[in-house]
Amino acid sequence: MTTTVSVERSDQRLATAPARPAVSISHLSKSFRIPREQAHTLKERVLHPLRFRQYDVLRAVQDVTVDIAPGEFFGIVGRNGSGKSTLLKCLAGIYAVDDGQLAVHGRLSPFIELGVGFNMDLEARDNVIINAIMLGLTRKQARERFDDIIAFAELEEFTELKLKNYSSGMLVRLAFATAIQVDAEILLIDEVLAVGDAAFQQKCFDEFGRLRAAGRTILFVTHDMGAVQRFCDRAMLLERGRVVDIGEASLIAREYNRINFERTTSDGGAGATATPSPTPQLAEVLNARFESADREPVLTANQGDRCYVRMEVRFLAPIDDPVFSISLENESGNVAFATSTNVHQASTGHFEPGVTASARIAFENWLAPGRYRLIATVAREGWGDDAYDVHTTSSIVVLADRPGGGLADLPSEIEINRS
Amino acid sequence: MTTQAARSYGPSALGEGGRRFTELALTMARTEFKLRYFGSVLGYVWSLVRPLLFFTVLYLFFTKVVKLGHGVPHYGLYLLTNIVLWAFLAEATGNAVNCLVVREGLLRKVRFPRMVIPLSVSLTATFNLAMNFVTVIVFALASGIFPSVSWLELIAVAVGFIVLGSGIGMLLSALYVRFRDVAPIWEVALQVWFYGSPVMYFANAYRHFGHVFQQIAMVNPTATLLTQASHALIGGHEYPSAAARAYGIGPVLGAIAVIIFIFALGWWFFVHEAPRVAEKL
Repeated sequence: MTTTVSVERSDQRLATAPARPAVSISHLSKSFRIPREQAHTLKERVLHPLRFRQYDVLRAVQDVTVDIAPGEFFGIVGRNGSGKSTLLKCLAGIYAVDDGQLAVHGRLSPFIELGVGFNMDLEARDNVIINAIMLGLTRKQARERFDDIIAFAELEEFTELKLKNYSSGMLVRLAFATAIQVDAEILLIDEVLAVGDAAFQQKCFDEFGRLRAAGRTILFVTHDMGAVQRFCDRAMLLERGRVVDIGEASLIAREYNRINFERTTSDGGAGATATPSPTPQLAEVLNARFESADREPVLTANQGDRCYVRMEVRFLAPIDDPVFSISLENESGNVAFATSTNVHQASTGHFEPGVTASARIAFENWLAPGRYRLIATVAREGWGDDAYDVHTTSSIVVLADRPGGGLADLPSEIEINRS
Repeated sequence: MTTQAARSYGPSALGEGGRRFTELALTMARTEFKLRYFGSVLGYVWSLVRPLLFFTVLYLFFTKVVKLGHGVPHYGLYLLTNIVLWAFLAEATGNAVNCLVVREGLLRKVRFPRMVIPLSVSLTATFNLAMNFVTVIVFALASGIFPSVSWLELIAVAVGFIVLGSGIGMLLSALYVRFRDVAPIWEVALQVWFYGSPVMYFANAYRHFGHVFQQIAMVNPTATLLTQASHALIGGHEYPSAAARAYGIGPVLGAIAVIIFIFALGWWFFVHEAPRVAEKL
C-alpha cells in the first residue's frame, strides 16, 4: 500500500546521504481498467446494469523501482506498449499512481510533449505566452522571454503569422524553444526529435548538452538507440510494464536491439524456428557510427561527399572469415544502400576470441536527402544471412541542395537531340 | 525543493499554487474570448455591437409587434435584463458540459490544476456578461431611468448567477466524462428551467397556482435573482423585490442556500473526480 513520505524523513535522508536522488521511484504500479463493453450512456447502463461491470485490467506499469541521481541523463526505452509513456505520465503527475512511492526533489517540468495547447488560429506570440504559462511560467516571465524564444526558434520574421500557416518544422522549433525556457530542474521529454530539419536537430542536441552541463536532470523516453547512446548516462529497458534491466546506456541499447531483432534474425534462417534457442553469442557489434574523413563522429553528410562508417566488432569465439556488412534504411524502411565484405574481398581472415576488429567502410554518398538508419551486422561466412549480431543504433541525415526523386541521386547528365 | 508522496503527487483539482491557478484560468478564458471574435474586422467591437443589435431586435419585437407585457412600463428593459442574465447561465453551463472532453490533449499531456478548465468557461461567460451589461445600461438610460445606488445590487445578482453557473458547470463537466447523455439531458433541462423561471413573464404569474406555490417557486434561484435584478434596475411598485414577490424573506434565503448547495456539490464532485479524469476521457 501507499505510504506517505513525510518531509522530516526525507530531510533525515538528506543528512545521511548527501546524494539524494532527484527522482526516486519505488515499487510503482499503474493499471488501467479496460471495460469489455464501454457504457457511455445512461440508457445502456440502466438496461444492462451487469454487463458493464466486466473489465480487463491492463497492468501498464508494474513494480518499477529506480533512483535517478541529480544531473543524470536517464533514458527510458522499450517497445510500443511497454509502459514507458505511462511511467512518464505518472512522473509528470498526469496520472494518479495506484501503488508504490514516487518522490521528486526539485521543480519538475509539467509537460511531456511539445506544443501542447497550441492554437492554430492564434499568432505565434499568443501561443508562446499561453504555452509558457501552461508550462509553469508566470505571464510576466513569459513576456520577458518571448524574444529569446523566437530567436532560438529562428522565427523572428513570422511572429505575426498564425500557426496554421506554419510548417511542421517551424511548429516544432517554436514548441521546443518555448519548452526549454521553463526553469525546471527535472525535465521529462517524450520523443521530441522526430521532426525538424537536420540543422535544428543539431541545435536541439547542443541544447541537451547545455542542459546537462547545467546540471539538469533529464528523463528521456525514446525509440532512438542512437540518441540514447549519445546522451544518456544510464537507461532503463521496459518490457510489458516491467523493468528488464537498468544500466549503462550502451548496454541497454544493445539489449533493446536484442529483444527487438531476436525475431527477425531467427526468421531470417532457412527454417523459421518458433523459439530462438539461447545460443551463446559468438561475436558482437560494439559500435557502429558515421564519421568524417578525419574520424570524427558526424550526424549529417552532404550529398556527393565521401561518407565513412566505422564498426567495431568483438569476437567471443574463434571465427573464420566473418562477413561485415552495413545497410542504410530510409525513413519508410526501404534499404537504400547495402554493402559487405562479401562484395569486396572473399576472405576476412581468422579472429581469435577477445579480439576486437574495426572495419571502416567508405562510399560515395549519392543518397537522396533524408534520414537513414544504419544497420551494421557481423555474420557467419557465406552470404551474410546468419548474423552473429546486429547493431541498429546510428542514423545519419543526408543534406542536399536539390530535391531528389528516388532512393539515390546518382550523378547524371541529360542530352536532348532534336530530329 | 519539494518532496511529494505518490498519493498527493498525482493530478488534482486545485494544484499547488493559487497564482498559477489564477493565471491559467485567466489565460484560458482570455484565449477563448479572443478566438470568438477572431478574424473579424471589428474584432472586440463585435462583443459590444452584437448584443446591442440582437437586443434591439428583441426589444422592438416584444414591445412593438407582439406587445407582451400589456402596458407594464419598461417591459422591454425587463425582458432585456432577464435575457442577458439567462444567456450567461446558458453559456456558462452549456459550454461547461463538454469542456473537459474537448481539452483532452491538454489533460493528457500537462499537469495543471484541473479545476481551471470549468472555471475558465465560467470566466469567459462572465466577460460576455460584463459586455452585455453595458448594453443593458445603455437601454436603461435610453428608457429614461435615472441611475441609482440600487443599480449596485445588480453586481450581487451577477455574483449569484456566476456562483450558480460555476457550480453547475463543475458538476456537469465531471459528469459528462462518465455519462455522455448529460449533454442532451442538460439541453432539455435548461429549456424547462427557462420556461419555469420568470424570464419572459413576471414572478407573480405563479400566483395562479396558489400563494404557497409562488413561495415555493421563488426558492428557484433564477426566480429570485431575476426578480431582484429588475427591482434593482427599474424599481417601483411594478418591479417589487424578490422578498415581496415571495411574501417573506424565507424563500429568498432558501434560494441563496440552493445556490451555495449546488456550488458545494459541484466543487465536491469535481475534486473527487479530478485525479482520474485524464484516464477516463
